[in-house]
Amino acid sequence: MNKENLIKYILGIADNSLILGQRLGELTGHGPSLEVDIALTNISLDLFGQVRSYFQYAAQISEEEKTEDDFAFLRTEREYVNVLLVEQTNKDFAYVIGRQFLFDHFHFLLLNELQKSKDETLVAIAKKSLKEVSYHKRFSSDWVKRLGDGTEESKQKMQTAINDLWRFTEELFETTEADQEAIEAGIGVNVTALKDTYLANVSEVLTEATLEKPELQFFQSGGKKGIHSEQMGYLLSDMQFMQRTYPGMKW
Amino acid sequence: MTEEKVHISEELEPILKQISDPEIPVLSILDLGVVRSAEIIDNVAQIKITPTYSGCPAMDVIGDDIEQALKEAGYASKVNLILSPAWSTEWITEEGKNALREYGIAPPMDATSDKKALLGEEKIVKCTNCGSTNTHLVSQFGSTACKALFKCNDCQEPFDYFKCLI
Ligand SMILES: [Zn+2]
Repeated sequence: MNKENLIKYILGIADNSLILGQRLGELTGHGPSLEVDIALTNISLDLFGQVRSYFQYAAQISEEEKTEDDFAFLRTEREYVNVLLVEQTNKDFAYVIGRQFLFDHFHFLLLNELQKSKDETLVAIAKKSLKEVSYHKRFSSDWVKRLGDGTEESKQKMQTAINDLWRFTEELFETTEADQEAIEAGIGVNVTALKDTYLANVSEVLTEATLEKPELQFFQSGGKKGIHSEQMGYLLSDMQFMQRTYPGMKW
Repeated sequence: MTEEKVHISEELEPILKQISDPEIPVLSILDLGVVRSAEIIDNVAQIKITPTYSGCPAMDVIGDDIEQALKEAGYASKVNLILSPAWSTEWITEEGKNALREYGIAPPMDATSDKKALLGEEKIVKCTNCGSTNTHLVSQFGSTACKALFKCNDCQEPFDYFKCLI
C-alpha cells in the first residue's frame, strides 16, 4: 500500500477521535456534575492521546515535512474525514451521551479488529486504545441505561437524542477508497462487516434502557468524504485559531 | 499475560529510581513500570518508556525529568516513547502499590475484583483512610485518567482508586 493512501487510512480513524475529543473538550467546566465533567474530559484526553499516536505515525511515514500538529491543526475543513456523528454539537446531556454511546460501540469493534492488522504500529495503537475505549463504552452505556430507565423526562430526552443521532450511524459502516485499499493490503478493517454486531450490541443496551431502537429509512453521510455539517466550521475555527494566529506553536 | 522482560542497567537504576511520577510524587517511575529498558549504548543512555494512558500528560514530563536527571549524573541520553507492549497495572511493583496506598490512592486489584468493584457489584475497595471495605464507587473516572473515585461509607473520606488496566 502506498504511503499516501496509508496516511489517508490512518486519518480516517484518527479524525473521529480528534473531533469527538474536541467536542468533549468544550464541556470542560460545563458538565452537569463534577464527576461527569471529569469523566467526559478524561475521555477527551484519552482520545487526544490516541490521536497523537496516529498523527505521529502519519507524520513519520509522510514524505513531506509534516508534524503531528500539521495534521491536527492545519488542514482545511474538506480535508478532515471524520464521520458526521462525532461533529454533532453538545445540544444537551442526552445528546452528549447518545453521541458517545453510538460512537464507542463502533470504536470498540473497530479497534478490536485493528489488532489483527499487518501494520505493527497500528496494532500497537489499537491494543493500547482498546483498553481505554472499554472504559468509555461502559461509561456511555451505563448512562444510556440510567437516563432511559430513569424519570419520564430523562427517558424522553434520551430517546429523542438516539432518534436524532441514529441517522448518522450508517456512515460508520461505509467503506472509503482508502479503506478498500487498506483491507486488500491486510492492514485495514472492513467496517461494513462490523455492522451486524454493532446493531446487536447497541440494541441490547437500548432494550435494557427501555428505549426503542429507531427504524429509519433515511441516513445521512458525507463526513468521510470531507463534506461536513455546518457546525464543523465553527468547531474547527475554535480548534485551529491558536495555531493560525501563532503559526508553529506546539501543543 | 503481559510478562515482558525489562532491562534496566545496574548503573542507571539508582538514577531512575529517584525520578517519580509528577502526579504521584511518592511513586518512582521504576515502580510504576513505565520504564521498559535503560541501557548505555555508545556512551549514550538509551531509555524506553511506555505511557500508562494514551493521553497521559505526565509522559512528556517524565521524559524531560529522565533527561535532566541523567544529564546531572553526567550522561548523554535519548528517551524514546514506545507503545508496545501496552502498559498494564500488573507492572506496578509491590513497593509501588504500598507507596500508592500510603499516599491515599487505593492500588489496583486483580482484573476480576476490579470489574466487580467498578460495576458496583461488590464492596471490596479498601478505604485508604480507615481500611474499611464499606466503600462505594462515585465515578469511574477520577482526578486523572488512571483513577476512579470512591467514597468510604464509614469514615466518609473520598479517595482515588487506581483502575486496573490489563
Ligand atoms: Zn474510611
